[in-house]
Amino acid sequence: MEKSVKFVQGNEACVEGALYAGLDFFAGYPITPSTEIAESLSFRLPKKGGKFIQMEDEISSMCAIIGASLTGSKVMTATSGPGFSLMQESLGYAVMAEIPCVIVNVQRGGPSTGIPTHISQGDVMQARWGTHGDHSIVAMTASTHQDVFDITVDAFNISETYRTPVILLLDEVVGHLRERLDVPPPGDIPLIERLRTSCSEGIDYHPYLPREDGRLPMSDFGGVHRFNVTGLYHDMWGFPSDNPGVVQGLIRHLVDKIQNNVNLLARYKEYHLEDAECIMVSYGASARSALHVVESRRVRGEKLGLLELQTLWPFPEQIVREKCRNAKHILVVEMNTGQVMEMVKSSVDDPGKVFLANKVDGIFISPTDIRNILRVVQGKGV
Amino acid sequence: MAIKDYIRERFFPHMWCPGCGHGIILNNLLRAIENLGLKKNNIVMVSGIGCSARISGYVDFHTLHTIHGRALAFATGVKMSRPELNLIVPMGDGDALAIGGNHFIHAARRNINMTAIVMNNRIYGMTGGQYSPLSGYGTSATTAPYTNIDHDFDVVQLSVAAGATFVGRTTTYHVQQMVDILQKAITHHGFSVVEILTQCPTYFGRKNNAGDGVEMMKLYKDNTTSIGSKKKQENPDLIERGIFVQKELPEYCDEYKNIIARAKGK
Repeated sequence: MEKSVKFVQGNEACVEGALYAGLDFFAGYPITPSTEIAESLSFRLPKKGGKFIQMEDEISSMCAIIGASLTGSKVMTATSGPGFSLMQESLGYAVMAEIPCVIVNVQRGGPSTGIPTHISQGDVMQARWGTHGDHSIVAMTASTHQDVFDITVDAFNISETYRTPVILLLDEVVGHLRERLDVPPPGDIPLIERLRTSCSEGIDYHPYLPREDGRLPMSDFGGVHRFNVTGLYHDMWGFPSDNPGVVQGLIRHLVDKIQNNVNLLARYKEYHLEDAECIMVSYGASARSALHVVESRRVRGEKLGLLELQTLWPFPEQIVREKCRNAKHILVVEMNTGQVMEMVKSSVDDPGKVFLANKVDGIFISPTDIRNILRVVQGKGV
Repeated sequence: MAIKDYIRERFFPHMWCPGCGHGIILNNLLRAIENLGLKKNNIVMVSGIGCSARISGYVDFHTLHTIHGRALAFATGVKMSRPELNLIVPMGDGDALAIGGNHFIHAARRNINMTAIVMNNRIYGMTGGQYSPLSGYGTSATTAPYTNIDHDFDVVQLSVAAGATFVGRTTTYHVQQMVDILQKAITHHGFSVVEILTQCPTYFGRKNNAGDGVEMMKLYKDNTTSIGSKKKQENPDLIERGIFVQKELPEYCDEYKNIIARAKGK
């Protein structure tokens, strides 16, 4: 089958990726600037026999996808700022009960209602720590529609592999920008399907007993194994337990299954890093402007490079440290008050050489904005 | 099949207080399921948080113990994905109608095929006796030391108004009626609500001088009556028991099958 070429919004590229990955069930609630994802899926999903439901709010949307995932469906929801806040409690439930699911947050300006139709990247830390309690999470982003497509497929694969929610942190500019997307023929990108238990009926099945490789084979609700799923600390059968050993074992498992695989989960792109004296670290739409600055200055012989992060959580500290080792300056380009900058500072050998090029007024950060800050960082005056 | 084949014996004795009505509901729910001959693999029980929610841990079905107030939202995802499964959603009164009130009316409005059981003890038991939206005006609770000025919902009227196609009410005293109504609710094709008045002697009873479990059940005998009975006409304060609504309307998952057919151009 030939690849199909489309001219779409980033939100539609996400939809294409989700369908390619085998999405079966979507629940959502309208909110700018993510609504096109729900609109598009309400049209596309039933065509392939999938299910779409518009719930009464974002809380129930998140709950519904967890319920659907337990029956064996590949599931997703999509939202923005305030809706993402409402989803936090059940997101934590999906972490605790180890339910594969994908949550798209097309970021807009916050806090509160903020600036709904404009860009921000202010939810990076919320993605990491939005739900209460210790936990680990996977959050990914992308700057071009082709990458949005790929990372969406990846998000489903990772959520199935690690039995974890995966957050796709898109932003308003990527979500609404229109550009070319090549949808590859089915089979070009490998899909990871849910690992199901090989235990037959009558054999004691342990839904929360990891295999040697750390993966937990699942059994679908409605199948031959009846088990309990709870947000309480639970034993290998899924039954509530306050045994200190069980509690400690589970929290370690939940954190370690992600944190022990930081480099495996790291997705990033690098441009001209080999000899770069100044490295920009960026992600999402901001990386588009940063890349423009790098490419235009390279023509003039300036040693600029770009490290574009696609996995934001778990934060790829080691990769950032190694890639930035020889740079004189590190300029983090993002549209918030320095959420990723703080992570970069704590990752590199010398935090003193990390600077921030940001914009928080709802207007997309332009190459000129970055160049102006770059001049200051490089000591070329204001 | 014996009742004990439907429970997870290792979790007994249950954690409910002496005199609590929830065990009576568990017992009669299992009797209803046994009478209907439902297969355990085809039943998914979804519960929220609170004393009532612990019921899902004791039964040998697919069980989903979720977060406070959201049981019906989780259940909606399960049901839409696998419409052939029987969904039973027991909730407490605070669970179903305070924090979960919005999900309750919207599940009813969709007429999605599941059975919502409101285990109404008029109090938050798990947290120690605070007033719930069903405690009612003038009652006492740990958060209503000068008595409660909140008015309560009528669960039946609320459910009917929200569009539930089966609505029943009974009490822990009227166990035969409970089995009968639960059976009809579970077999009903659409969204069914069964409100069961259940005693909490530990908190509601103690705070309101309602006596122990037995005395509270005797109260259910005395202050309830069958729908439209002569007693009700003589004493309008009596609470009616029985099936208030039972009608067939298009069910949500059936409707979505039509959507799929339309989308596929059939």
